[in-house]
Amino acid sequence: MAQDLAHDTAHDSHDDHNHAPTGIKRWLFSTNHKDIGTMYLVFSLIMFFIGGAMAMVIRAELFKPGLQIVDPERFNQMTTMHALIMIFGAVMPSFVGLANWMVPLQIGAPDMALPRMNNLSFWILPFAFTILLSTLLMPGGAPAAGWTMYPPLVLQSGDSMPMLIFAVHLMGASSIMGAINIVVTIMNMRAPGMNLLKMPLFCWSWLITAYLLIAVMPVLAGAVTMLLTDHFFGTSFFNAGGGGDPLMFEHVFWFFGHPEVYIMILPAFGIISEILPTFSRKPLFGATSMIYAIASIAFLSFIVWGHHMFVDGMPMAAQLFFMMSTMLIAVPTGVKVFNWTATMWRGSLSFEPPMLFAIAFLFLFSIGGFSGLMLALTPVDFQYNNTYFVVAHFHYVLVPGAIFAVMGAVYYWLPKWTGHMYNMTLAKTHFWCSAIFVNVLFFPQHFLGLAGMPRRIPDYAVQFTDWNMVSSIGGFAFGASQILFVILIVQCVRGGQKATDAVWDGALPTGLEWTLSSPPPFHSFTVAPEIK
Amino acid sequence: MSAPASDIQRPHGLFHGRLPKAAAALAACALSAAAVANTSNGYNLPVGVTQMSRDIYDLHMEAFWICVGIAIVVFGAMIYSLVKFRASQGAVADTTMLHSTKVEIAWTIVPVVILVVMAIPAAELILKMEDMRNSDLSIRVTGYQWKWEYQYMDAGAGIDYFSTLKQDSNFARQLHSGIDPNSVQNYLLDVDHPLVVPSGTKVRIILTSADVIHAWYVPDFALKRSAVPGFINELWFKVDTGKEGIYRGQCAALCGRDHGFMPVVVDVRTPDDFKKWVEEQKAQIKQAAAPTTEAPGAEAPGAEAPGTDAPVAAAPRSAQALN
Repeated sequence: MAQDLAHDTAHDSHDDHNHAPTGIKRWLFSTNHKDIGTMYLVFSLIMFFIGGAMAMVIRAELFKPGLQIVDPERFNQMTTMHALIMIFGAVMPSFVGLANWMVPLQIGAPDMALPRMNNLSFWILPFAFTILLSTLLMPGGAPAAGWTMYPPLVLQSGDSMPMLIFAVHLMGASSIMGAINIVVTIMNMRAPGMNLLKMPLFCWSWLITAYLLIAVMPVLAGAVTMLLTDHFFGTSFFNAGGGGDPLMFEHVFWFFGHPEVYIMILPAFGIISEILPTFSRKPLFGATSMIYAIASIAFLSFIVWGHHMFVDGMPMAAQLFFMMSTMLIAVPTGVKVFNWTATMWRGSLSFEPPMLFAIAFLFLFSIGGFSGLMLALTPVDFQYNNTYFVVAHFHYVLVPGAIFAVMGAVYYWLPKWTGHMYNMTLAKTHFWCSAIFVNVLFFPQHFLGLAGMPRRIPDYAVQFTDWNMVSSIGGFAFGASQILFVILIVQCVRGGQKATDAVWDGALPTGLEWTLSSPPPFHSFTVAPEIK
Repeated sequence: MSAPASDIQRPHGLFHGRLPKAAAALAACALSAAAVANTSNGYNLPVGVTQMSRDIYDLHMEAFWICVGIAIVVFGAMIYSLVKFRASQGAVADTTMLHSTKVEIAWTIVPVVILVVMAIPAAELILKMEDMRNSDLSIRVTGYQWKWEYQYMDAGAGIDYFSTLKQDSNFARQLHSGIDPNSVQNYLLDVDHPLVVPSGTKVRIILTSADVIHAWYVPDFALKRSAVPGFINELWFKVDTGKEGIYRGQCAALCGRDHGFMPVVVDVRTPDDFKKWVEEQKAQIKQAAAPTTEAPGAEAPGAEAPGTDAPVAAAPRSAQALN
């Protein structure tokens, strides 16, 4: 399936002067950063719709109290799979896809440093997700213990558990290879004269993200391997009966899990830092402090994991430490938001689709930041933890945060990739539908959580009905709005008004990618550009 | 007799009709949330019925208003830019505005100060919360898939029973049951045998689990902790005198298929009523044990609870061995 769609969205093969294979071989054996980037992006779009379909099942079941559509076990499978697919299948590969496309273009390189590994890291993914999705059809069904896979519950899973663990290993291997490739490319292939501080913010954010990935994906692999041996080989890492500790899994998992949260948002920060200056016609305010802010956030992400576990029982000193370290993250994050605001200040703003998504990001990500600050306060977290307040919080940072940034990036660079402008009216319709319905979908969940509705329940007490209905209606409308996105992309790939090299001529696009033709030549920069 | 069981804490559909439209809800709810002075009104935290829950509510509102303040400043600056500096209005970009060390230091320091203001009361609350000393009654709470076991110590030693979802909710919640949940009183939030505790007394809960991780959660006490198999978590609460009544919560950690169907219900009675209840329970235990002179463990407590279904059989103690 990925293969067929990848064909559809392939840009014009106008530049096959270099013996590149054609047809299916072009994609299977591709070592070209742009083709692989395209495959990553198409793959993540497909996963976005599969994970989204699961979200629709969840919202349909929660439309009113009582069980109407799925039994509780299937519901738990839906929440678990929705999270796994959206995190590992949609958000992460979309960022890797953007990095594949844009890092060589932005640093003036002909391709990624390790093109064959690039091919491998992509082609692992369809297999990993086929394995994961196949569990839906197995007796006993898909994993249902939550994407966090806490033991001992996850050890009660049937055959889906080894499948899940194998899939997670594959995804981890893919991510690590992708990350290594990005680090090596950025470190070795920058155009002469482009020192690190002159590098575009998107590359900077990805460089730091790549180090986070290399640091924590092995931790996840270790944690799930211990689950595997506990289940099949009689070890007791997490079994109190054998001298183990179920909470140790949570510590190891969240040592991976919290940097993972930033893996899903730092590249978004980079994207916003590219879009805002362009359409404000003004350089990014405080570019250097933006880089330091990203680096500080990345560092802090390693020492805050305990805030996911306040209710699980923790010494008082640890509660205080994790509360304060978590609150500290608000400082560099605040610096970023202030700098973005200052970038718009005294600018000359126009509101093309990428800019609309970037502005929505600023507002809605900030709301997610506010609820995050509240969640950091340990005593209040005892109320918020595992309620819909948390669900609202992380969806605010992931949907109008990470995913809006990816959509903004697609609207920003799609004309560069395809050589065609897209339908502006359709893009703006998609934006307004998404921006309105995402709030209808997630804002009421704050109220549900504060009123005491736990997360991950298939059915609820009747006083939660009203807000759940509002949320479900928002969910259906948000889901339907995304069909516009696909229509727009397909139209744009097929044809349209020719895009110029700079694409956004009226605005202020800076960066090397705008010096190449649209679409760029097969080997991007065959001669390294000179940076003054 | 049982304590007044009017379900004033979590009334059904309290916010029907008076809700602002979804778009206006954001601002309006934020404002009205502060004005409400009772336990949860459907869109904010419950104020609750313990000193701790009120303190936590206050901290929550303090954090909320600080966030609203920051939002007004930051969103205000953004909206001002969006309105004032439009290319279509002929705005010309000031491309010399690249950075300002003074401003950047200011907006690093000011947030730090705000965070310290928030962290101090939070740290004080943590210290209070962790103070388990001088409790008057200890109860061991054990999570099972998918019910709770309550074992009393101290004055209630020997009382030991299970608490499961009430039958009418259980029938209505089946897939395609055809029963309207709105017709079931306290749908999904009612149990056969609630935990009975005295008001005005520091009650210590010793929490553990027999299988997977559960979480014991009563919003009106601002109480939530995980029940971890093989490990013990301690927590405490002290319900204000005069706030006797029934308080409802749910399991708050995904614990398998019926995670959504193991409510926590606490019946708070006056110390005198609680004493009476303990005596009744002990008399029943004695009665049940008399013919066989077996150890306590087959009693049927909770007969006093309003609308009780058939008594549950308590599990023998051996079943509670951890893992």
